[in-house]
Parts: sequence; structure tokens; C-alpha cells
Amino acid sequence: MKLKGKVHKFGDNVNTDAIIPARYLSVSEPGELAGHCMEGIDSEFPANTEQGDIIVAGSNFGCGSSREHAPLAIKAAGISCVIARSFARIFFRNAINIGLPALECPEAVENIRAGDTVEVDLTTGKITNLAAGKTFLAEPYPDFMMEIINAGGLVEYTKKKLAKGR
Amino acid sequence: MTSAEKILAAHSGRKRVNPGEFLNVRVDLVLANDITAPLAIKEFQRLGVNKVYDPKRIVVVPDHFCPNKDLLSAEQAKLIRQFARQHNLVYFEVGRMGIEHVLLPEQGLVLPGEVVVGADSHTCTYGALAAFATGMGSTDIAVAMATGEIWMKVPPTIRFVYHGKLKKWVGGKDLILYTIGNVGVDGALYSVMEFAGEAINELPMDGRFTMANMAIEAGAKTGIFKADGKMQKYIKTRAKRSYKLYQSDDDATFAKVIEYDVSQIEPQVALPHLPSNVKPISKIGDIRIDQVVIGSCTNGRLDDLLQAAEILKGKQVHPEVRCIIIPGTQQVYLDALRRGLIETFIRAGAVVSTPTCGPCLGGHMGVLAAGERCLSTTNRNFVGRMGSPQSEVYLASPAVAAASAILGKIASPEEAVN
Repeated sequence: MKLKGKVHKFGDNVNTDAIIPARYLSVSEPGELAGHCMEGIDSEFPANTEQGDIIVAGSNFGCGSSREHAPLAIKAAGISCVIARSFARIFFRNAINIGLPALECPEAVENIRAGDTVEVDLTTGKITNLAAGKTFLAEPYPDFMMEIINAGGLVEYTKKKLAKGR
Repeated sequence: MTSAEKILAAHSGRKRVNPGEFLNVRVDLVLANDITAPLAIKEFQRLGVNKVYDPKRIVVVPDHFCPNKDLLSAEQAKLIRQFARQHNLVYFEVGRMGIEHVLLPEQGLVLPGEVVVGADSHTCTYGALAAFATGMGSTDIAVAMATGEIWMKVPPTIRFVYHGKLKKWVGGKDLILYTIGNVGVDGALYSVMEFAGEAINELPMDGRFTMANMAIEAGAKTGIFKADGKMQKYIKTRAKRSYKLYQSDDDATFAKVIEYDVSQIEPQVALPHLPSNVKPISKIGDIRIDQVVIGSCTNGRLDDLLQAAEILKGKQVHPEVRCIIIPGTQQVYLDALRRGLIETFIRAGAVVSTPTCGPCLGGHMGVLAAGERCLSTTNRNFVGRMGSPQSEVYLASPAVAAASAILGKIASPEEAVN
């Protein structure tokens, strides 16, 4: 599966309070959350994001709270994929579980700028910066995680597993 | 193996596990709160199962935006209350509830050697009880509620050893801030932080809860302590089920061993906007504050309130400061009341609130306006954490918080008592 989009670039330690401030957590509708996505660091983000855009960020992306509202808000804002130097572990789990691709690739982060157009091949982990004509390879997902991704998220994966057990 | 590895092995039917392996782990307790349970319930319903795996092992606590702060939070609280009643879950209503990570240990719901998963990042607090406890998102929690199992990757363990005797007014909060300041907010990413050393042996249980609580602030999967005599004394009167103690082997493999001499460290303060932006109190300079918060899952226990009261007794909160004190549970509140702490706080000009996470995450009971500055005993000081993105949060111990409340600026406990 291939994705293509314009890049929004962020630094290190983008935390869940920046992604979706807790004051909006009295709702869990992704569409409503999307309107406040990244409000803590870039209040123009929802307005400047188009369907399919890609976030490229530094280390420890999504640190802080366990709120699944964070990847939900990012996905509903139109982001198709997050590429980072590293992810905070709960955010990473949440992203995989809800079907928001999260790729670790330090070289890509170094060599992609805000506004670049990037193509991502989720099957091979190949990330291409179309603006610079450079290609990078993301850390491949372990087989186990690939099964969750292929199933379409943790709920679908578990449903299949439960059906088999019956 | 390390104690964390032993617990995971015992919960996945394995003799031995190694860091990096994927396991299907049996869980002993599943937790959710009023802001994470609504999503978990939605995902639970999508799973197409009609009952939870074991209602006695699923705990729901309405603590974040409760007592209901507005109409939307009231609807969320109603949703989780109905779900809890329908499935006969362990549920704590307002009046009996407290901040989840203060409440569950106090109620004997978390025991040594157990695996606990919670839809709250500070679930790692229970490592103080030598449990493997970790935060996850709502979908993971939905699956755990339905199946009693969850997938995990075995984390490597980093051992932190604290040598020496702590100075007066220096405790668990200072040790963990010092550690995060040293290793950074991703210094223990995906890892277990194992806490050991003479200073840890001397540390009271409440200080250990504070340390384990903030393991997530270094990116850790959990923080874990040894099951020593102090811990067993705490658990003995509370446990209603049997439990097992696991200790790290002498030849256990640690990813790293980090040693500190803590005999000279001062009270620590984390400056905006990262918990790793830490300085000793003597290097802080003159920072005026508008608000002080003493409470939360980090520092809302009796020892924390005792420490604050020792400093506030007979003193007055600075006229330009709002000092908000939040006992972590009804039991902590009652103990504080019986010991006269509540009167000390009220006479000093502080406000005492019913248990809630409230201000820590900018929910209610002390939200900050633009340009305001708060010294808080909570765990995060990210941009906008307690309200306006133009506000600032400084993190410190209850002793520093109480001293700062009196002096109207970030101050050392020594400065306030002398």
C-alpha cells in the first residue's frame, strides 16, 4: 500500500497534550478532536492539513498520556502516516491499534523538510522524498505487529482470533 | 532474569523470557477512567462479545473530570457508570472514588507479582508494589477487558541504584525528577526502570509510589521496586487475594546500570516545558507564582500532605497565590482530617478539594489563564498542560510546593520554615 502527501514537520518530544489538549477529552468523536489537533504547538494545523498529508517528527513522538484521542485526532485531521526518529511506546501501540501507520526512520527525518512531498510504501517500508529524489528504508514491523496491521487494527485482529477459538 | 521478566514469564506460561520477545500476557487487573473508558467501551462493543472476562478484575474510576465538571463530562461519566453497572465491574462512585493510582493500592486491588494494564499512562505507579503495571490506550484495554489477555513486547530493564542518605526535605519526587533530568524524557524508552539502593530501602511507600508513577516521564514501560519488608507490611493488611513475590536474580541481565550518590542532592524543580528540564532549588532564582497545586496520582498521599502541613502550619499562603490541596482519596482526606491537617491548610488560606485529577491535566479545579505560573506536585509540565498554552507549570515536591505557596515564589522548604 502506497501513500503520498505533503509533509508537516515537528521536533522532538511532541507530547499528547500538544497533539490534543486534555480540555477537549470530554468528547471522543474523532471529527471533533481533529479540529483541535496539534493546538498546543501549531494552532493552524487543522486548517493547513489536507487529506493524505504526512507528519515527520523527531524523537519520542507522542510522549505523555495514554489518550488514544491523540492518534485518533491525527488520523481524523487527514494525516495518512507519521514518520519519526522514535515513538513513545503507548502512542505507538495506539497508532497501530487504530490503523494509523507509524514508521521509525531517523535518516528520513534528517532529510525531509516541511512542505516536501513524500511517498511511503507501507509494505516495504520505503520512504521517498519526491522533492529531493532521495529514498530511505524504515524499520520493518515485526511479523506479529504486521498481523495486527493486516487485520485492520487490534479489534479486527482479536475478532478473528476469538472466532477461531470458538 | 529480572523481576519484571519473571512476572511476564509467569503470566505467559513460559519458563524464561528475553527482551524483545512478543508475548501474550494474562492480566490480573484492568483499569480505565472517565476519559479513557468511553473509547474503550466503544471498542469493546465492536469486538462483538457480550461479557467481560472477569468483572471482579476490571476497575473503573471516574476521577479525571469528576465530580462532573460540565455537561459533556457528565455524559461521559454516565456512560461509564452504566457500563460498570451492566457488567457488574468494580466501580467507585463519587464519594467513594479517589485518584485511581492512589485508590487502587490503598484498596488492596493491586498486589505484588501481578500484571496490571490501565488506560492511563500513570498505571506504572503500581511498580511500587512490585507489580508489572503499564499504561495502554483504550483499544488495548477493550481487548484486555474482553479476553483477560494482552500482547506485550518484553522490555529490557535499566537498573537505577541510589546510594547514600537523603537530606531533610528530599524525597521520592526529588529522586525521580533528578533521574529524569539525568536520563531525559526518553532515557528509558520502552524499558523497565528498576529502582534499588540504600536510599530506596529507606524510602517510605508513599515516596516509592511517587517514583514509580513518573517512570513514564522517562518513557519507561514501567518502574519497579523490590518486594522488601516495608512493601510487604503495606500489602499485608490490604491484600484480599494471594500473591507472589519476584526478585531480580543476582545474575540478571540489565540493559544498563546507572548509579547515583544522592546524599548531597537538593530538592529538585522541573522547569517548563519538560519533566527533564530539572534544576536544584538553589539554582532556580526568583520565580514568582500565581498558583500552587498539592495532590495528584504523583503526590496526593498522606505523607505528601503531612509534609505540606509541616511547612504550612501556623503560616499564611502568600496573598497573591491560590494554594489548592487535593487529597488523593477519601481515605487520605479522612486521615488528613483526623490528624488536623485540613484545619492547618484552611487556616493557612489554602483550599482543600474533593479527590480529582482536575487541575493536573487542565480539566477543572485550578485551570491556568494565559501568563499564569503554577508550582505543582503533579507529573507533567508540557505546554498548556494545566490550561492556557501561554501558562507555565513547574514540578516539585509537596515540601517545595508548600514553601512556595507561603513565599509567593519558588522557594526551598528551609527558606519557609526559618
